[in-house]
Amino acid sequence: MKKLLMATAASALMATTAMAGGHAKEVKLGIIFGFTGPIESLTPPMAAAAEMAMKEVTDSGLLLDAATVTPIRADSTCIDSGAATSAAERLITSDGINGLVGGDCSGVTGAILSNVALPNGMLMISPSATSPALSTAEDNGLFFRTAPSDARQGVVMTEILMEQGVKEVALTYTNNDYGKGLADSFQQAFEAAGGTITITAAHEDGKADYSAEVGALAAAGGEKLVIAGYVDQGGSGVMRAALDSGAFDTFHFPDGMYGAKLESDFGDEIDGSTGQLPGTDSPGADTIKAMGEANGFDGTSSFVSESYDAAALIMLAMQAANSKDPADYKGKVMDVANAPGEKIYPGELAKALQILKDGGEIDYVGATAVELIGGGESAGNYRQYEIKDGKITTVQFR
Amino acid sequence: MVDFLNALVALSNFVLIPAIAYGSQLALGALGVTLIYGILRFSNFAHGDTMAFGAMITVLITWWMQSVGINLGPLPTALLALPFGILGCMALVLFTDRVVYKFYREQKAKPVILVIVSMGVMFIMNGLVRFIIGPGDQKFADGERFLISAREFKQLTGLREGLAIKTTQCLTVVVAIVCVTLLFWFLNKTRTGKSMRAYSDNEDLALLSGINPERVVMYTWLIVATLATVAGVLYGLDKTFKPFIYFQLLLPIFASAIVGGLGNPLGAIAGGFVIAFSEVTVTYAWKKVLKYLLPENLEPSSLVQLLSTDYKFAVSFVILLIVLLFKPTGLFKGKSV
Repeated sequence: MKKLLMATAASALMATTAMAGGHAKEVKLGIIFGFTGPIESLTPPMAAAAEMAMKEVTDSGLLLDAATVTPIRADSTCIDSGAATSAAERLITSDGINGLVGGDCSGVTGAILSNVALPNGMLMISPSATSPALSTAEDNGLFFRTAPSDARQGVVMTEILMEQGVKEVALTYTNNDYGKGLADSFQQAFEAAGGTITITAAHEDGKADYSAEVGALAAAGGEKLVIAGYVDQGGSGVMRAALDSGAFDTFHFPDGMYGAKLESDFGDEIDGSTGQLPGTDSPGADTIKAMGEANGFDGTSSFVSESYDAAALIMLAMQAANSKDPADYKGKVMDVANAPGEKIYPGELAKALQILKDGGEIDYVGATAVELIGGGESAGNYRQYEIKDGKITTVQFR
Repeated sequence: MVDFLNALVALSNFVLIPAIAYGSQLALGALGVTLIYGILRFSNFAHGDTMAFGAMITVLITWWMQSVGINLGPLPTALLALPFGILGCMALVLFTDRVVYKFYREQKAKPVILVIVSMGVMFIMNGLVRFIIGPGDQKFADGERFLISAREFKQLTGLREGLAIKTTQCLTVVVAIVCVTLLFWFLNKTRTGKSMRAYSDNEDLALLSGINPERVVMYTWLIVATLATVAGVLYGLDKTFKPFIYFQLLLPIFASAIVGGLGNPLGAIAGGFVIAFSEVTVTYAWKKVLKYLLPENLEPSSLVQLLSTDYKFAVSFVILLIVLLFKPTGLFKGKSV
């Protein structure tokens, strides 16, 4: 009996050591995006891009001690903070992740940050949360984003509209953190530049009828209608109703309204409409597009490049700190993202890991010309587009 | 005079026409809810998803027809596919009745149990629809989009305000009138209709006079399936087909049915229009209309908006509360809840 006990204890001990050995060689990264919910059409390519970066690092065999990077997906739902919080909790406590790519929408990202990431000391880099409120949220240096704050987008939108000579617009926004934050920052910037906003009306996503909203917007008038909403949701509904009733002919679209649907469902009906979304003409953007094609996803879809960069930054910071513990590598994120150092583009992660391993410095440019400012958010490059003959045409980058 | 016409056109374009179309869609939905409540005696929460299912079958058939080149010219092809959608929806509701509701009916289950059961059915139907056609928007409308578009109207009349009337809006109102007329004729003039009303008024008495309850139940479901499919397809044509939106449509439909008086078909129609008009008018910004009507020095500088559009749902539910407080049976004498 005694022998049996000894044997059991010994084998148990061995099993644990074996496990620990396995763990040292494995880095787990959580990906928490809204795979269901209002932006469910955007998230699959985003997650694919983040996973592509992880695979690239695993294949190089250069991270830490030739560790493999395993992605673990979780659903943030984009809108349900309770569901997102418990999903993130599960990633950290039960899956034991070492870093978190996400969340996606601003509301759930704030909830995950304050309820899960802070108490557990988990580092997170969001590719798409753009609410200005997150700039000032308490984060203990654990929260970064590769997407610019909407405070910046509000300014860029104002510049675009002013250059077209548009001085008077009506504004509608989707009633959530993203829409409200963007609408506020745009209103502030536009009015400061001497423009007039005739009406600010919220719309709820997924509702049956938008006649009331369009009626109010049309009564107030304006040269263009600015829709700070989602193309998969109420944004399209409001636009359809506004076009059908002849209330507005041209629109201006912030990033949430960019999508293939603009071409397929509206086409030349909205000729002359303009918009902008985060994007850059740096060589990285083309590389991501080609890499996306090779891996079977659309590299030009919204926030795909940001997602690749978010995952890459976490892994490069780990290498720079030579540790996968967020407390150790959180200080390194800004270092690897900004100058000085060798410029790193997508697909060159192996080179970056080698430089860091040899004690050198890198300046991660990535797919979106990453430059982290302030509390760790992207300075922001935007692609300005116009609808011409029913096609989305890039005008310039700014 | 021209100012007055302009005001009238602006009001019609943004308030009257959309509200009438939306009201007709709600009325058709509320009729189905009210029939179930009147005859089968429970609130059918699965109604929104029954609409989605019927509309889904219609969408699928429409796509097939479009692919082989069948169309109705200026009218949407979906009208041709509608009968098939109705048949599919009938099969589904009869199947659920046989498998689920019949069991509880035989047990003489309390209405509240049936309500909860219908919620279960709602989730299953919701999942089924999303499983078959996917959760996204589906486009199936074709044919001529406008009877008259805002731009044409301006050129035609020389007025400053445009008036747009969509084919689908017109179609909605026409089909709604036809459906309601047929329904009332059926309920009041035919033998089956009369037996349905008898069964609704007093179940025991109806059974004593030899009315077959299973037949009444079956006809009710068939009518409900027809109404639900028609409402679902019209709504989808006018706005968009998206499974989740039909689920959201449930609230205004129930509000309509209750405001009008549950169990009373006439009330359901009135309720639909009350809810639709209250949502659109109370939050309308009257600036444009007043600008045309008032002399120049009285022109309003603000938007003259009673309530922000954020409150449009609050408005319909406040109306619901007021009606229930002062007339618990609804505007038209329905059954008390």
